[in-house]
Amino acid sequence: MTVIQNITSHLSVKKAGVAGAGGLGSNVAAALVRSGVGHLVIADYDTVTESNLNRQFFFEDQVGRPKVEALRENLLRINSRADVEARSCKITTRNAASLFGSCDVVIEALDSAKEKKWFAEWMIAHFPFKPLIMGSGIAGYGSPETLRVQRSGNLYICGDQKETDEKLVPLLAPRVIMVAMMQANLALELLLKK
Amino acid sequence: MTITLNNRQETFSQQEMSITRIMDEKSFHFKMLIVKLNGILIPRESWPLTFVRDGDRLDIIHLVSGG
Repeated sequence: MTVIQNITSHLSVKKAGVAGAGGLGSNVAAALVRSGVGHLVIADYDTVTESNLNRQFFFEDQVGRPKVEALRENLLRINSRADVEARSCKITTRNAASLFGSCDVVIEALDSAKEKKWFAEWMIAHFPFKPLIMGSGIAGYGSPETLRVQRSGNLYICGDQKETDEKLVPLLAPRVIMVAMMQANLALELLLKK
Repeated sequence: MTITLNNRQETFSQQEMSITRIMDEKSFHFKMLIVKLNGILIPRESWPLTFVRDGDRLDIIHLVSGG
């Protein structure tokens, strides 16, 4: 077996959870499917809008459709054998365990800081041994050297962790996708370690 | 005391300090923070009463909107 075959065969039996299918989640999911991760659960309640197309893994003809459905379609175009569970719902304390309880690793890709906080605290309380890879601080352009990973036990935070004014500092493809790739890259590290 | 703050060694002249005091000194003034002391999540209301001592590991994570 070649090294790449060995890696994809390891990843083919792994399951990754993706909480949110926006700029981070949609791009993380694509990288994981391309790498050979066999099973994905993706949850998001939102629909694709035109303003998403500057950074999220969707296409013009998918505007108006539920994000998880459109994303599933795109992921299956990369690998039709991937097992992608698309859940069009808001993630709550009621459904989080059923969504992500069986995942080997969970990617946090939610939008608001408030949502990120409850989700992280809930995961730490309920699944302390499950790796949680978060994104925090992805806006703007330039300064790629400020992007980093903070490791804290089973919690990993990718991004610059810098607060910015949404109106002045928009979300743009390169930084958002860079952080998404940092998350996906860490997911591979953790999945291949086990 | 010397502690590990966000994976870096930090030395303070005091023997022990509350989490709130460390945050003041190191200017962590953000709204959405996750704080872990020796791997255990510390809720916001406990920050003033939780004391950090020599050798402790303190992680302060800033959560920013955008995903």
